Amino acid sequence: MKFIIAIIKPFKLDEVREALGAIGVAGMTVSEVKGFGRQKGQTEIYRGAEYSTNMLPKVKIEIAATDAIAAQVVETIQQTASTESIGDGKIFVLDLASATRIRTGETGDTAL
Amino acid sequence: MIRKLVCGAGALGVSMFAATAALAQEAAEAAPAVPNPGNNAWMMTSAVLVMAMILPGLALFYGGLTRSKNMLSTMTQITAAACLGMLMWVMWGYSTAFGPEGNAFFSWGNAFLSQVTPDSTAATFSDEVISEYVFASFQMTFAAITGALVFGATVERMKFSAAMVFIVVWATIVYYPIAHMVWAGGGLIFEWGALDFAGGTVVHINAGVSALVACLILGKRKGFPSEPMPPHSLTLTMVGTGLLWVGWFGFNAGSELEADGTAGLALINTFVATASAGLFWMLAERAMGHKGSALGLCSGIIAGLVAVTPAAGNVGVFGAVVLGAVASIVCYFAVAKLKPALGYDDSLDVFGIHGVGGIIGAIGTGFLHDPSLGGPGDGSVSMGAQVLIQIQAVAVSIVWAAVGTAIAVFVAKLLTGLRVSEEVEVEGLDIGEHGERAYN
Repeated sequence: MKFIIAIIKPFKLDEVREALGAIGVAGMTVSEVKGFGRQKGQTEIYRGAEYSTNMLPKVKIEIAATDAIAAQVVETIQQTASTESIGDGKIFVLDLASATRIRTGETGDTAL
Repeated sequence: MIRKLVCGAGALGVSMFAATAALAQEAAEAAPAVPNPGNNAWMMTSAVLVMAMILPGLALFYGGLTRSKNMLSTMTQITAAACLGMLMWVMWGYSTAFGPEGNAFFSWGNAFLSQVTPDSTAATFSDEVISEYVFASFQMTFAAITGALVFGATVERMKFSAAMVFIVVWATIVYYPIAHMVWAGGGLIFEWGALDFAGGTVVHINAGVSALVACLILGKRKGFPSEPMPPHSLTLTMVGTGLLWVGWFGFNAGSELEADGTAGLALINTFVATASAGLFWMLAERAMGHKGSALGLCSGIIAGLVAVTPAAGNVGVFGAVVLGAVASIVCYFAVAKLKPALGYDDSLDVFGIHGVGGIIGAIGTGFLHDPSLGGPGDGSVSMGAQVLIQIQAVAVSIVWAAVGTAIAVFVAKLLTGLRVSEEVEVEGLDIGEHGERAYN
């Protein structure tokens, strides 16, 4: 099992969700986050007073996937979330030791 | 040009008073003018419109520009200052500005409105009169808003108690005398022939200069200018801007004291000068390589309203359009370039917009009043002479306001300590001074 963390541009969320749904991903956790990478921050100006923010809003998607589809999930996110510009985000893949469905107590792939 | 002929009004007030004692003789002398209900109705409406400029107009405009932890403090200081201003006005303010006896600097003889009755009247610019209670109410709203304007420079750090003490001293030694000098018959600047239709000197230069002096003495907000202090709600600021603009029709067109053609001129000028100024601020931003901003539009609108205040019934329509544009561009540079260069913390730009815009408006009125530039002037005073008079009036207002404000701030400092503790400033004045939060 793999745990996939993707940081993407917020406006790409719906597109990514639909694409992942189409390849059989049954669930995900989404959070609004802030951070920075190579993309520069943005500047706000109020009556000439400039404030630059280094942290930009992004969306973090967390998915637990079976080994069978993990590679496909990563590829799908990479393709749908890309705008081919700086600041598109990153995808991290971790090994997942275990998964348990709370309602039934099932573990492993069946819990996903 | 609120040029209320106070002498006339005062005399009338006195004659009314005397009339109760010696009715027959007085009545025989001359039938006193009776207020036209139409004019009275317009002036009552105008007074209430100016009230809306204070609360909620100015309170929202300023409140939105502060950080959310100081929203209530900002709105409360404005509203309470206006309340205090109203009470002081009926106790000694009206008498000090528009009393029946006086010299070039202030007047007296009508404390606690002792000379005013429902029958007493105030003169307008023609043979008409309006009820004196209406006149006193209309003028009261001007006194109430001017003090509140100053707090835009001192928000987020001045104690509420200091604000109240400041208002008592400042209104007494700065506002009432300047209102007398500019608007009352026998007043120093009035007698020079200065043009100030609705209070460019009395309200805006006065408030702007006072704000600058007050914030210089008070000191900068902790963290200014290195820490970001963005406005917490430009939505509310824009709502406040709209209310200020609407209320300003009472302020400007009401200053004619009658519902006549000159009031109409003031009305249309208050539309177009403001519209021009709003857009020109955005253009100035674009010209400097920035995005045209919502706050820029709002700031331009206020700058235009300020500039057209002395000019409202004194310039032609296209003179007003030009005046709004010029004031807006100059104010933009005052706020976006001059303030950062000099480093003072006039937090909400009261000097940059009201002070600078007021000066542009007052001097611009001297030019644009002339018939050669489409103004309603009769040409009896040359443009150069009028401009010179305007500059003199501006200079007197600046000096008087600066000195008076310094005194008022020091009295407030002596009695209250002036500034909140560092802890309260960091925590926010809403909790620290009032025990509440604006948003839960």
